Amino acid sequence: MSLANLTPSPGFEKWLPIEYRDLVENGPYFRDKKPKVSDMGKFKEIVEEHPMCAGCAMTLFIRLVFIGLPSPEHTVIVGTAGCGRLAISQGSIPFIYGNYGDTNATASGLKRGLDVRFPNQFKDVLVMAGDGGLIDIGFQHLMHGWFRQEKFTTILLDNEVYGNTGGQESGMTRQGQILKMAPRGKKTGKIDAMGLAKVSEVDYIARIAPTNPARVARTVRRAVLVAREIGSSYIQAYTSCNIEYAIPTPDVMQDAFDVEKDRYGFEEIISDRAKEFLAEVEKKEKKDKK
Amino acid sequence: MNKPVDFQKRELKGYSNVQIGEKSKYKDTQTYTDPSFLFNEAEATPAFMTGSEVIREAIKRANIDLSVAYPITPQSEAAALIGELYAEGYMGDYFRGENEFGVMSQCAGAAFGGARVFTTTAGPGTLRAFENFPMWSGARLPIQVCVTMRGVNSPLSIQPDTMEAYFLLETGMLVWHAETAQDLFDWILKGYIVAEMPDVHLPIAVCCDGFFVTHTKDTVVLPDEKYCLPPYDPYRSPVPCMDMECPPVRMMRDPFVMKSNYISYMTQASWQLEVRAAIERSRKHTKALIGDLIECENTDNEIVMIASGTAVSQSREAIRLLGLEGINVGLIKIKTLRPFPHEEITEALKNAKKIFVPEFNVAGWLAREIRAVIPNNERVVCGPHVAGGMTMPSEVIADEIKKAMGMKVSGMTARG
Ligand SMILES: Cc1ncc(C[n+]2csc(CCOP(=O)(O)OP(=O)(O)O)c2C)c(N)n1
Ligand code: SF4
Repeated sequence: MSLANLTPSPGFEKWLPIEYRDLVENGPYFRDKKPKVSDMGKFKEIVEEHPMCAGCAMTLFIRLVFIGLPSPEHTVIVGTAGCGRLAISQGSIPFIYGNYGDTNATASGLKRGLDVRFPNQFKDVLVMAGDGGLIDIGFQHLMHGWFRQEKFTTILLDNEVYGNTGGQESGMTRQGQILKMAPRGKKTGKIDAMGLAKVSEVDYIARIAPTNPARVARTVRRAVLVAREIGSSYIQAYTSCNIEYAIPTPDVMQDAFDVEKDRYGFEEIISDRAKEFLAEVEKKEKKDKK
Repeated sequence: MNKPVDFQKRELKGYSNVQIGEKSKYKDTQTYTDPSFLFNEAEATPAFMTGSEVIREAIKRANIDLSVAYPITPQSEAAALIGELYAEGYMGDYFRGENEFGVMSQCAGAAFGGARVFTTTAGPGTLRAFENFPMWSGARLPIQVCVTMRGVNSPLSIQPDTMEAYFLLETGMLVWHAETAQDLFDWILKGYIVAEMPDVHLPIAVCCDGFFVTHTKDTVVLPDEKYCLPPYDPYRSPVPCMDMECPPVRMMRDPFVMKSNYISYMTQASWQLEVRAAIERSRKHTKALIGDLIECENTDNEIVMIASGTAVSQSREAIRLLGLEGINVGLIKIKTLRPFPHEEITEALKNAKKIFVPEFNVAGWLAREIRAVIPNNERVVCGPHVAGGMTMPSEVIADEIKKAMGMKVSGMTARG
C-alpha cells in the first residue's frame, strides 16, 4: 500500500467515518517513528472495539501484536474459527478467514502468491489462531508449512482450551484438566509445540506470556522480520481464557504472571542465520536512533 | 441480466494492467494475446495426445501465476506435467501440498493475494478438499480446479465415475463437464475468462471423466504456443484483494457468525443468493465463448438422450446403432452443469415422449436434475447408468432403450 492509497481525496474526507480519518491521521501506517506500547492511548490502534469477553487476556495480546508489526501497511493476517478471530477481524488490516484449521496452508499460498505478484515489495503474512486451530485440526498444515520453510509468522494464541465452542479440551490442555470432552481429566500431557518447532528447524521460536507488553511487541517484530527475510517464525503465547478456566477478571494478569512462572517463561530459540540477521537489524536501529 | 454478448466483437477493456502484445512476465517467448484472437484466429495445428498432456497444453497458454499439486490417479500425470511447465518458467510458483484440503487452502491463499491459480484433483481428493469449495465461492476467488473424476466409494476404486460432480453442484462454483480432449483444452482457457469476469468472479470446476479423457489419446487443435492469455487483474474483483494495496478497511464491523439477528441472517442469505446470481450471470460470457450451453442433434425425435461428459460420446454411437435398425433418437449434450441450462433443456425436450439419461454414477443425478426442471417429467428414464468404473458400451445403451420401449433385444447385453 502506498501513502497515497491510504489518504482520502480532498473533499472526500468529511464523508468518511471518523475512525477512518483517525486512522489516516493518527494510525500506525507509514510513520517514521512507529508508535510504541507506551504510546497506547495516544495513537489510533489497528483494533479497538471487539466482541470478546470482558477482561480476556487474548484481546490484550492481539492489540500488542498489532503494535509490534513492523509494517502494518504491508501486512495481511490469516486467522480461523476461534475467539481471536472476533477481535482480529475488527482490525484495519486485511483478515482472511477461510476454514477452521486451514491457516498455515492458506498463508503458504498467500505468501507465495504475493511474492509472485510483488517481486520488489515485501509483504508480511501473519497467522494468528488458537491452540485447537493450529495444534489439533490444523496440525498437518502447521507442520508442513514449517517443513517447507514457508516465510510467514505463526502466532499461537494458547488458552489451553477450545474457548469459542464452550470449553473443550485441546492438545495444548495440560494433563489431568477436567474440561468438556475430557470428563475424567485429560489423559495425556500438553503437546510440546515448542519442541516440534525446534525439530522442524523454525528460524525464530518464542514462548511468551503477556506480562511485559513491550516485550510482546518486540518479539512480534523480530518474528515478522525473520519471516520476511529468513524463514518460518513461531510465537507461542499464553493468552488465558478467563471464562472457561474461571479466572475472575481482576485476577487475569496475576494468572498470567503465575503461569509464566510455572510453565510459560519467556524463551527464544533462534537459528544462527536468524540471530545474525536480527543482530544486524537491531544494530542498525540503534545507530539510527542515535 | 443475461443479454447476449458477442465476445468476438467485444473490446477486452478488463486487461488494462497489461498491453496486448506485451511479452509474458514469465515466459518471454510468449505474448499476452487477446483471448478472442487466441480462440478464433490464432494459427493452430492439430496434435495427437493424452488428456493429461492436453491439460498441460492449456496451462502453458493460460498464464497462471501459481499451481499447487497433490498426487491422485487419474490427475497425477497432469499435475506433474504442470510442474514441468514451472521448471520451464511458465508460471511464478508451483509446489506439492500436504493433502487436498491443504492444496485447496493454498490455492485460496494465493487467490486471496490476487494470483491466477490452477490445480487438479480427483475423487477422494475432491472430497478431502471439499470444505474449501463453498468457501472459495463465498470469498469470490476465481480459482480453477480441473476435476478428473473417479470413484469415491469403498471398496477403493480408481475407475471413472461422475459422482463427485454431483457433490460439486451446490458449492456455488461454476461446474462445466467436458466431453472430449478438445473441450478440455478450450474450456480450461475459456473458463478463466468467464470465472474472472467482474460480474461473475467465481471459482470454476472444469470436470472431465477420468481415464476416458485423461488417459486416452485424441486429436486436439492447439493455437501456437507463442500466445498466452493476458494476466488476471485482481483489482477487477468485486471484493477487495487481500494484498494491502487498497486502503485498509475494517473488514467486518460485527462478525456475522456471532450475531443472531435479522441483519446477520439477511447478509448471509443475500450473499448466497448473490453467488447463485453470479452463476446465472456467467451464462452470457459462457455462451459467447463456448456456444450454447447445450448442443442438440435431432431433438424433434420422440426419443431423446441427454447426457454430459463421455456419456455423450457413448450415446452418439448408440444412436448410430439404433439408426441402423430404423429407430431414430435425438441427442442433447449438456456442457455446463452450473449454470444449469434448464430453459434450453426444457425447450429442446418439448417434443420428446421418452427421455433417456445415460450416466456413469450409481445415483443417476443428472436424471434427477432434469426431472426437477422439465414439465411432464415422467418422460425421463433414469438410466441407463453404470457405476464403479464399469464401461457403458453403446450396445448396452441401445439395448436399454429398446427394452424400455418394449422392443425385443438380443445378445449378451440383454441378460438379466
Ligand atoms: C471444520 C470445523 N470443525 C469445527 C468447527 C467448530 N469450531 C469453531 S471455533 C472452534 C474452537 C476454537 O478453539 P481454538 O482454536 O483453541 O481457539 P479459541 O476459541 O480457544 O481461541 C471449533 C472447534 C469449525 N468451525 N469448523
Ligand atoms: S471464551 Fe475465553 S478466550 Fe474466548 S473471548 Fe471469552 S475469555 Fe477470551
